[in-house]
Amino acid sequence: MIQLKDFSIGYGPRTLLRDVNTSFGKGQLTALIGRNGSGKSTLLRALAGLNRRYSGEIILDGKDIRSLSPGGLARSIAFVTTERTRIPNLRCEDVVAIGRAPYTNWIGRMQESDRQIVMDAISAVGMENYARRTMDTMSDGECQRIMIARALAQDTPAILLDEPTSFLDLPNRYELVSLLHSLAHDKGKCVLFSTHELDVALRKCDCIALVDNGTLYNLTVSEMIQSGHIQRLFSSPNISLEEMLWQKEK
Amino acid sequence: MRTRASILFTVLTALTLFLFMLDLSVGSVAVPLRDVWAALTGGDCPRTTAKIILNIRLIKAVVALLAGAALSVSGLQMQTLFRNPLAGPYVLGISSGASLGVALFILGAPLFGMSASFTSLGIAGAAWIGAAAVLIVIAAVGHRIKDIMVILILGMMFSSGVGAIVQILQYLSKEESLKAFVIWTMGSLGDVTVAQLYILIPAVAAGLALAVITIKALNLLLFGEEYAVTMGLDIRRSRSLLFLSTTLLAGTVTAFCGPIGFIGLAMPHVTRMLFDNSDHRILVPGTVLTGACVLLLCDLVSKLFTLPVNAITALLGIPVVVWVVLRNKSVTA
Repeated sequence: MIQLKDFSIGYGPRTLLRDVNTSFGKGQLTALIGRNGSGKSTLLRALAGLNRRYSGEIILDGKDIRSLSPGGLARSIAFVTTERTRIPNLRCEDVVAIGRAPYTNWIGRMQESDRQIVMDAISAVGMENYARRTMDTMSDGECQRIMIARALAQDTPAILLDEPTSFLDLPNRYELVSLLHSLAHDKGKCVLFSTHELDVALRKCDCIALVDNGTLYNLTVSEMIQSGHIQRLFSSPNISLEEMLWQKEK
Repeated sequence: MRTRASILFTVLTALTLFLFMLDLSVGSVAVPLRDVWAALTGGDCPRTTAKIILNIRLIKAVVALLAGAALSVSGLQMQTLFRNPLAGPYVLGISSGASLGVALFILGAPLFGMSASFTSLGIAGAAWIGAAAVLIVIAAVGHRIKDIMVILILGMMFSSGVGAIVQILQYLSKEESLKAFVIWTMGSLGDVTVAQLYILIPAVAAGLALAVITIKALNLLLFGEEYAVTMGLDIRRSRSLLFLSTTLLAGTVTAFCGPIGFIGLAMPHVTRMLFDNSDHRILVPGTVLTGACVLLLCDLVSKLFTLPVNAITALLGIPVVVWVVLRNKSVTA
């Protein structure tokens, strides 16, 4: 689905990722983890076509994303950023409908099929009751779901999310990742999201992509646990990983 | 929802037409609306009345209609593009840029020994260049710095800088060019000549046509440039079209009517509130109508009390701006 070939990226003289060769498959939920500033967002932004200053190739279903038109890319990858988007006077259903932009005509006219896709996207995130509300009266978790519904309406085989769980409390976090899990498994999408919630990632995801010092380790969850990378990277002298996870659960 | 929009569009269109007619009837000599209609349609009315209506008042009313629509749409474009509720052609310094262009043209040319033949195209061209230059600077800075305040402060500083340069030019200028310029800065809808109308109408029409073409882009830009790009927006093309549109709209109006403030800033907010919507398919035609309505109204008031139209737009616009600032405060707090 998404394939990286000799992919390197950085800012100025600093290299964040070096010669990455890996792929993210269809129907798979992958959590992208790593310490602050390790390059998670930079990688996601490059995959979404927002940062073109990388070397190597990003291959999407066999095509280099550099060769895709803006519309073509928008029909392949949807992105949910960290930005908290709240547009006054715009109903949730209109927000989600914007996701149909890559398919609609010059003025954004919605066909019956587009409306159906928008309603399906809203119900997929469980927000049917909010369709006619505006986002300035909603909580962070609710807004996040609407932005994900918008990405769903974009009807792309791949969805990227940058720290979708960061503003949410624990129950909402689990629910959100469960939602992403079902999008990957039931709808067969390739879902990649960055997060700092190790516990959620280990429990709910198929694969973990860990960024450490310029290297990307992309392994299944059980392989990742056995590899010892997580323990090395995240446990501090004062607290072991098991303790940390256990405390979170409490 | 559809019905609310259609009712509003009908009411606003009717109101615009009514104010247009009223604007034609009000003046130093009051003309009954019936005679206005007769003069416009070539019906039966006194010769002198027809002359007053067609040769004098019609131009001014058309200018008010176009300028109101143009400034409001330009303000809407800037507010969405910069994601800034306080953006507008005047606040961002686009009008100032146009003013500087005009000042350099009217005042500067004689200083360098060139006779500034006050050709309409020359003034318009100078204003377009000035407006476009400011837009490019603001866009370049805005691209690096996402902070709303920085852009607003930059616009203010730019306006002040332009004010200083213009003062220097005035100080150095000869009397006759100075007078022409001072009158221009007061902002007037009535000084537009028929020849200028031949530039104003096509330029505003082209600007509005571009505004219609960029409606979908504006809807995507509500979510910010990054989201817009991931949803397939060709950002370079859209930004260029929007800049061209705003330059034509705000630049041309500033060139011929002088800097008119607050309409561009306030009317998009009034329209959003009236229609309770942020969809630009509704907002673009909506601001055309509300902008035209309000500037016609301002013109009427300015005629009734013989006041400069600039003062009226400010007095009407300031409460709206205060309301926007206070409402934003309550949202973030």
